This record gives sequence, structure tokens and C-alpha cells, in this order.
Amino acid sequence: MAAVEIPRDEQAFLEYVQAGGQVETTDWMPDDYRAKLIKFIEMHGNSELMGVLPEREWILRAPTLQRKLALTAKVQDEVGHAQLIYRVVEDLGKPREQCLADLVDGKAKFHNVFHYPTKTWGDVGVIAWLVDAAAIISQKALLKCSYAPYARIMKKICWEESFHILHGRDVILAMVTGTPKQFELVQEALDRWWGPLMQFHGNPIPKNEDPMYLWRIKSQGNEEARQQFLEGYVPQIRELGLEVPDPKLRRRDDGAWEYSEPNWAELKHVVTGHGPKTEERLAFRRRFLEQEQWVRDAVLAA
Amino acid sequence: MNEQALLGLADDELVLGWRDSEWTGIAPLLEEDVAFSSIAQNEIGHARAVYELIVGADGDADALALDREPEEYRCAPLVELHLLDWAHTIARRWLYEVADEIRITALKEDPDAATAGLAAKIDREEAYHRMHAEMWHERLREEPCFRQAVEELWPYALGVLPAELRGELVERVGLVEVEPIDRGGHTEELALLWEEMTMVRRSAPSGAQW
Amino acid sequence: MSEPVWEVFRKERRGAAFEHAGSVVAPDADFAEAWAREQYGRRGESVALWLVPREAIRDVEDWADEFDLKYRRVDGYSIKARLKEARERAGTAGTG
Repeated sequence: MAAVEIPRDEQAFLEYVQAGGQVETTDWMPDDYRAKLIKFIEMHGNSELMGVLPEREWILRAPTLQRKLALTAKVQDEVGHAQLIYRVVEDLGKPREQCLADLVDGKAKFHNVFHYPTKTWGDVGVIAWLVDAAAIISQKALLKCSYAPYARIMKKICWEESFHILHGRDVILAMVTGTPKQFELVQEALDRWWGPLMQFHGNPIPKNEDPMYLWRIKSQGNEEARQQFLEGYVPQIRELGLEVPDPKLRRRDDGAWEYSEPNWAELKHVVTGHGPKTEERLAFRRRFLEQEQWVRDAVLAA
Repeated sequence: MNEQALLGLADDELVLGWRDSEWTGIAPLLEEDVAFSSIAQNEIGHARAVYELIVGADGDADALALDREPEEYRCAPLVELHLLDWAHTIARRWLYEVADEIRITALKEDPDAATAGLAAKIDREEAYHRMHAEMWHERLREEPCFRQAVEELWPYALGVLPAELRGELVERVGLVEVEPIDRGGHTEELALLWEEMTMVRRSAPSGAQW
Repeated sequence: MSEPVWEVFRKERRGAAFEHAGSVVAPDADFAEAWAREQYGRRGESVALWLVPREAIRDVEDWADEFDLKYRRVDGYSIKARLKEARERAGTAGTG
């Protein structure tokens, strides 16, 4: 049987991926597809790497040995995911050093949630439970990405993420069944994180206007992802006696969730590098990148 | 091994694991970041196992690990040092692994079966730590900053072991024996570390669940 | 800067075949091993790994199939029509 030939024509390629066709590293691909792919995947890698920073402080402060181990393992996974993701980007043609340089120079983006501060152990639970949940919804949709090397690493990523949510929920449960002060910590963290969580999946651009969907890099629209998040997690939040800080949030009879319009201006402001912690975190990264350049030179030199 | 010495071992692993976990996310290479984090987790795991041995089946290992005052910890000064540069970090890893191997080997002969058994388990896992430390030592041994770091940390490394075991350490590392910076005292860095390590735990009454 | 890429193949359990799992960038086999052990085995998800420098792999991707040599493949055989006829002749059609 002859191997499937990727058509060397943008329109035919579009039809090919929309029919479920898979693309490998050495296949022909339109320049626009390659460029969008690199940008999307790179942003994912940057997000995994930047996501480490808000969480790593709490590894050091974990209140039990078990929590310390679990949080270290969770953050380790995120670094591992960054490694998997940057390898995919490298094989597409953009070297890791360039990705990291662009990141610390503020030229590349990463997800909104990692630009915000973490203030208490309550944040640790909310992030591991709800931020990871929002991310996993997107990640599961990426299992069907037209670019096969990326779809393949998503399998490993989704498998490793499965304990993160359980860990997060466990942290939350321990606190909501603990002292009133601990319960308050969770509610207060939820109050702060709800806005960014609602913005996380992006503004509701219709699927057919989203180039990422047209190229089948994403297989799910932004609003679809958000609805999935609300459907899955609002009941779980409420059953603990926690309040979601949106008075307009409600589930309609047709199953769709209504909510207050997320602050899209805030999202844009934050992802373009103006979040409350953006500067500080990029500077921290830059410091270690520069400080340890000699190690990379010593290790990777011939 | 008496309980004080066992506590010293557990505290060494806890504090070194805590220090090593500071590299999570900022190690010089992503692949190394992942590997280094496993080492830190193993160390915390070893600490936990030794605390559990000390407190017994019904005891609270977390309380022993995290509810003491800084002066009550029995760790060696080597592990307390805040060393957020790679040359010193690897120098400490390498020196510690050599010292620890000597200590663990002796512990495997302990008359208490539970202790000897735990030492054997720890030893099997440490084999990978030693491979890792050797690998980096090979790669960095010609770098001036690394050699300098080893020399700076050498007196602290000697302090990890009791006097009767230091001879072997001297032989293996190949440096001239010097005045050790002994276990028993603490650096200023421990108080700062303790503050951060226990702040969340101390924010709730003793016995609170987390 | 192009650093050596090592392809990682992993065996999930005894009896399974090695499958391509991903890659690590490493200067030599020792580093590749130390790093692949963790990236592809820290959860006990592999019983064995093969580490192979990318340049040691020979890619093979195309075959010629100009003359439709179906006789040597299962899809080259369509027996339904003749089987039906044979059964009808033997009076065994419809008996399973």
C-alpha cells in the first residue's frame, strides 16, 4: 500500500487536516501552518515553565512531608512537560535557546494564570485543582491535534496530569473540613482566581473564525472548553459549601452556563506582559538562565 | 546507631532535600531539572522513612520533622547552606553522596534489623544519586569554579561524618584533611530556612489537618 | 547550536515491544541515561529503555507499488461471490 502523500498545496492540505489527516515532522506543510503551530506549541511550553514559578515557593512551605512530595512531583511534571513540548518546537525548527530567550525578553506569550501572585496555601489547592482542570480540558482536546508529534506528547502529558487534579482536590478537601480559618483561605483564594479562570480559555471566537481550529491544531472552540469547565467543576465547588464569586453564574435549562462577561481587556493586558507578577517572574528566570549559561556550555560543548 | 545519630541522618536528608528542591524549575537544563527533582524527592522520602522508624508505627513523623525549634535539629551545617549556584550545588551533592555512602554502609551493619533494613533500601536508591553525582563531577572537574566550590565545602563535608569515619572520606575525595565544621552547631541560614519551611504549618493550631 | 538528540524507546512491560517514546538532548550516553530514566520512568511506567543517537537512525519512508501486486496481500482476495456460488451448488447456502 502506497504511503499517504501530503498534498503540497495549501487548500488541499487544509482539506486533508480537516478530514482528520495527520502531519509528521518531515512532511510538507504550508508556511502559515508551521508558523502558527510553532507559536501555539511554544506558548504551551512557556506556560508550563512559567507555571512552575508560582508553585515552587509553596514546595518549600508545604505543611506536611506528604504534601511536599506531592507538590514537588506535580511541579516536576510541569518541567517535564516543558521539556517534551520544547523538543517538539525544536524539531519544527526553533531552537530551545531561542524560545527561552524570547520568553525572558518578553517577546513570547504564556497563559494568563501564571502572571498572578500566589498568596496562601489556599492558592496551592485552587491552582492544582481548578487551574489544572481548565488546562486539562484544553489538553485533552489537543490529543486530536493534526500535528502528530504534538498529539503524541499530549498523551503522556494527560496521563501525568491525572494525579494533579486529585492532589489539588485533596488539598482543598483537607482545608474545607479543617478549621474555619482554613475554609476561609480556600474561599478567599477562589475569589481571587475565578476571574483569571474564566478568562483562561480565551475569548469566544467562533470555531470557524479561529485559524487554530481551521488547521485542526485545536479541535475545540474556546467557548466549548469553558462550558466544559463550568459543567464539570461548578457543581464540585458548590458541593463543598464554597461560593463562586459570580452572581450571574447559572445553568440554563438547555444545559448551557450563563456567566458575567469575563474581563477580556484584563486578559489581553496580562498576556501581553503586564500581569502583576510578569516582570518579576521573567526577571527571575532571566537571572538563572544567564547565571547558569556556563553549565550548558560545559555540558553541551563537544 | 543511636537515636540522635539517626535523627542527624533524617535531618540531613530533610534539609538537603529542601535545598535541592529549590532548584525545581530553575536548573540549568530542563532534562536535569526533572532528574534533580527526583533526587530531592528521594531525599525527603528517606527522611520520612527514618523519622517513621524513630517515632514508631503510631507516631507522627510530620511532627518530628516539622514541629521542632531550629536549635533542636541535628543536621550537619553542610546541608543548611543556601547555595543557589550550580557549581556549589553539585559540589555539595557530590561530597554529600560520598560521605553518605560511608555512613549508610556502616548503618547496613546495624544490630537493629529494622534500621539495617532501612539502610539497605536507602542504599539501593542512593546508587542512582551516586551515578548522577559522579556524572556531573566528571563533567565539571576541570572547571575552576567547581574545584573552588569543592574546596570551600570540604570542611563542611567532613562535618557530616563522625570522626572515626572521616579517614575514608579523605581517601575517597583526595583532599587533605582539615578542621571540620562539625555537626552540633548551626549556620544562620538554618533559621531562615526553618522560618519558610514551617510558616504554613505554624499558621494553624497543632494537629490541624492539611 | 545543535546539540545531540537521543531518541528514547521504552518497553512498557515484559513481553511488550519497545516503542518510540520521545527524545532528550544530552551530550553523551551517561547523561542521556540519567535524564531519560527520569523523564520516561519515574512513575514506573517503563521496564526498559533503549537510547539511540538520532543520527544512528536510518529513516525509511517510501516504497514503490507501481504494478499493483495485490496477489500477495489479504486485500487482493475477494472470495465472497465465488463462495456464495459454491454453497448454492452444494446446497449448503444459508446453513452458516
